[in-house]
Amino acid sequence: MAGILIIATGNSSARKFAMAASILTFLVSLPLYFGFDTSTAAMQFTENVAWLPSFDVNYAIGVDGISMPLIILTTMINVIVVISAWEVIKDRPAVYLGAFSIMTGLMIGVFSSLDAILFYVFFEATLIPMFLIIGIWGGPKRVYATVKFFLYTFLGSVMMLIAIIYMYVEGGSFSVLDLHALALNEQQQFWIFLAFLAAFAVKIPMWPVHTWLPDAHVEAPTAGSAVLAAIMLKMGGYGFLRFSLPIAPDASAGMDTFMIVISLIAVVYIGFVALAQRDMKKLIAYSSISHMGFVTLGIFVAFQLIAKDDMSGVALGIEGAIIQMISHGFISAAMFLCVGVMYDRVHSREIADYGGVINTMPIFAAFMVFFAMANAGLPGTSGFVGEFMVILASFKANFWIAFLAASTLILGAAYTLWMVKRVIMGPVGNDKVAALTDINTREFWMLGLLAIFVLLIGVWPNVIGNVMHASVDNLVQQISTTKY
Amino acid sequence: MKLLYTLIPFAPLLAAIVTGFFGRRIGRINSHRVTIAGVAFSLALSVYAFFHVVVGGAPTFNESLYTWLVSGNIRFEIGFMVDNLTVMMLLVVNFVSLMVHIYTIGYMHDDDGYQRFFSYISLFTFSMLMLVMSNNFLQLFFGWEAVGTVSYLLIGFYYKKETAIFANMKAFLVNRVGDFGFVLGIAGIVMYTDSLAYTDAFAAAPTLVGETMNIVGGAEWDVLTVLCILLFIGAMGKSAQAPLHVWLPDSMEGPTPISALIHAATMVTAGIFMVSRMSPIFELSETALSFILIVGSFTAFFMGLIGMVQNDIKRVVAYSTLSQLGYMTVALGVSAYSAAMFHLMTHAFFKALLFLAAGSVIIAMHHEQDIRKMGGLRKKMPITYWTSLIGSLALIGFPAFSGFYSKDIIIEAVHASTIPGANIAYWAVLGGVFVTAFYSFRLFFLVFHGKTRADKHTFDHAEESPKVVTIPLILLAIPSLLIGFVTVSAVVFGDYFEGVIFVDPARDVLAKVGETYHGPIQFISHAFHASAVYIAAAGVITAFVFYILAPSIPAFLDSKLGFLRRILENKYGFDDFNQAVFARGSVALGQQLWSKGDMAVIDGALVNGSAKSVGLIAGLARNVQSGMLFHYAFAMILGLLAMLTWFLFI
Repeated sequence: MAGILIIATGNSSARKFAMAASILTFLVSLPLYFGFDTSTAAMQFTENVAWLPSFDVNYAIGVDGISMPLIILTTMINVIVVISAWEVIKDRPAVYLGAFSIMTGLMIGVFSSLDAILFYVFFEATLIPMFLIIGIWGGPKRVYATVKFFLYTFLGSVMMLIAIIYMYVEGGSFSVLDLHALALNEQQQFWIFLAFLAAFAVKIPMWPVHTWLPDAHVEAPTAGSAVLAAIMLKMGGYGFLRFSLPIAPDASAGMDTFMIVISLIAVVYIGFVALAQRDMKKLIAYSSISHMGFVTLGIFVAFQLIAKDDMSGVALGIEGAIIQMISHGFISAAMFLCVGVMYDRVHSREIADYGGVINTMPIFAAFMVFFAMANAGLPGTSGFVGEFMVILASFKANFWIAFLAASTLILGAAYTLWMVKRVIMGPVGNDKVAALTDINTREFWMLGLLAIFVLLIGVWPNVIGNVMHASVDNLVQQISTTKY
Repeated sequence: MKLLYTLIPFAPLLAAIVTGFFGRRIGRINSHRVTIAGVAFSLALSVYAFFHVVVGGAPTFNESLYTWLVSGNIRFEIGFMVDNLTVMMLLVVNFVSLMVHIYTIGYMHDDDGYQRFFSYISLFTFSMLMLVMSNNFLQLFFGWEAVGTVSYLLIGFYYKKETAIFANMKAFLVNRVGDFGFVLGIAGIVMYTDSLAYTDAFAAAPTLVGETMNIVGGAEWDVLTVLCILLFIGAMGKSAQAPLHVWLPDSMEGPTPISALIHAATMVTAGIFMVSRMSPIFELSETALSFILIVGSFTAFFMGLIGMVQNDIKRVVAYSTLSQLGYMTVALGVSAYSAAMFHLMTHAFFKALLFLAAGSVIIAMHHEQDIRKMGGLRKKMPITYWTSLIGSLALIGFPAFSGFYSKDIIIEAVHASTIPGANIAYWAVLGGVFVTAFYSFRLFFLVFHGKTRADKHTFDHAEESPKVVTIPLILLAIPSLLIGFVTVSAVVFGDYFEGVIFVDPARDVLAKVGETYHGPIQFISHAFHASAVYIAAAGVITAFVFYILAPSIPAFLDSKLGFLRRILENKYGFDDFNQAVFARGSVALGQQLWSKGDMAVIDGALVNGSAKSVGLIAGLARNVQSGMLFHYAFAMILGLLAMLTWFLFI
């Protein structure tokens, strides 16, 4: 399945081709949703071909209820990205769009790999196009940002590779499902958990290994930021669910307090940091870190609930984390695209360079306020669903975890709405704002599509919830059973 | 009935969508037609629901509309509960909303954002209806936040005004502080019941009596008390109880019709409604009720005091709203939920009336809002004058007016209560009567009586507002006058809320008050044996002496007691404190964490520092960064090396 997608997303030479390819990819990915069997946790739409037989590496792919929504998100965002780049990128558009297409294929690969080495290859390979996107089309400090981005994430994933190879030596298989079943003692699990943590914590990014993200976002072109925030960060959260938890359940349980604490630091500390930002992209980048804190919080609060034998709460936390990932994909992409729309016109990301955009761009302002509200977790938008579920699960675990997590209601609203106040509202701030023109049809559809998804998930989250129950139940089963 | 109930909130939503997206295309007139039709339709259905549920005695409707989400064994539903409490709110919300819609045609006549405004108020109506019709905590929270959002949009309606866009952000954030508690309260309910449905929570609540949870150190806290206080913190935000009241006066930056609809009659009473709805839970914690009582009485008295020194016509009414919300909260605290709901209803009518009348005055004065620059408008604006008088008399609790019944019952109920704090609350609500009477008639005399202080041009051009403005005033004046008389027997002393609101018989103060109650007329004569009526009269007379007979007295008092006035004008320093500590403090903290934590420690010492200390590798990395792809290849080799090393050592 994904094989077809990757071929379809080969290097394109023209906008129209990229557009057609992205839409085709999206359409091809839809049967994954509509043909999905929600009653089973087994991998579906699987393919298995020997890839490097001498190393026992297989091209094994398939999806379950956890990865499938992420794949749809990926193909969907790709369409948006192509729309966003339509007139904006003047410099080598074919390479630019090609990079994104390849990127999409690789990310789908990450979410569908059932072979650990294949996963690693895709996981690493996504760095290349993103590296190029930031490095070639990025801002003035792109070199520092790319190197930081690259080294940070690369360092993490090397550890993961070591762990994968170690497990192959132990169990004789790279198959993810075999690794899930691999018996590991306490010490082995601990080191494996740490190795995966190094890879995934950087990707998410968790505090304190998050500082690459604001730099990368600031320098990345708009679409790069959108893909980075919307999808690349999710590879970390997905990694926890696909690898760390089922492979090292006892170590995960042992580390839960630590993980919860750093998740909460991400939510609270980063929330305050976001408040102090003067650059819109940095602000949204920090907001991303804070929101991703809910993903790790939801995942690891589950272990506290297992200890309390509250299986209903476990599922709530993990499903909350997954929905939060999907929702953040749409909202963060939308926020970055909104900034991009203004950047294309004014060539500044500084909040101070704006003011009263609503006067000259009323339709855009409506979108921006809508997405800002979604970012602040307004019920009825997707931003609320995951946070709400994770807060409910946290309260079951411990009052203070929920207390700190819920502070995002205030902090998230504060930094988002304060930005809206300074950028969108008020009298016309300067001549550049006075000369703005409202969004055109292309930009309208770009933001409109995202708005529809944000609303859909907010009003009816069961549309994702339905497909993941079987897989999450299976995961809960795996992580609540000790391996020794 | 399900379809009918579904249409009640969705008719205004549909209208809001039509005007919101196609407002420019369909034009101004069609925009107000569509939205008014939506709300009128909704009102008509609510009246039908009234006959079906209240008169016809249909059993409580409690059905799910659709399943929002299922996770674990928790079902998140969207659904409606329609009983007598809901029906009362439906009628109040839809009626006031319809009046405000009609009034807006006149008030916003010359505004560029005409269609936008209609779209917002219809959207508000939808949100509020979803809130009151909910049968579960999820939808309640949705409505709760949705009304807050529309309020945000409407306070900032004049988005070019710096004060307006500050006020709307402040309103939203202060409400979020309340919601912070509210969402934790909901999470607590889910923790102990694994359900979000009201009925499940109510059924499970009695089993939680005596259960404790560990919050701080080793101290065990009563679960129900914690949950009730958390939920009530939400109510404090939305219903503007001290110290979360600070947003409401500033919300007057919004256009006057929404001050009437949102910031007086409906949205701000959501907290009162919520606690009444949750009475089966709140009744189980006396500590929480005491807390509610103290908060309410503080708000009722001290916020009223601020109203005495305000000069902006809308702000006077706003502080009076704070104070009246305090009265309702006090009623909740003494378990007189029916009295709270009854006051909510009468207040909705007369306060909406007062705001709309204030708006009518503002139109006539060409958007002058300072009451020191008004006066003598009685002859110019007879309808506004008489309706204002009715509204003011209702507000101060003049016998036979609707506010009289509701306020007197609350005072009596507090008097009869034995809950800790009731004695202080009694003096607060009694003192509040004088304060209310004073500021209401200070406003009334300054605006309508005496010689005008407006400039000649403005005064000469001042005239009665058009019919679309005065008709809603008249229609609101009627219930302000009569609704108390008509409904008091059933709502407070009858069985209107039977099976809806639960009161612990040991705390049932209304039953005690009801022992001496023999109909509304007797209640009036009874009131003359109590002090409240005379205290109100004293307030009116004081205002009359100060502002009509001897205007030199206030100036004289001011010269002697100016420091008191300044304390009140500074609103006891709440705003300055919040601004200095919370607003600036958070930004400064963020700044520190960013520059010290992120940039200095993590990036400076750890990230870049480790890069430097590795030295050789860092140097190599710097050398190869000129060629981007090459760099990657180099990194891959590093990775392979690591892999091989691993193999060799195993």
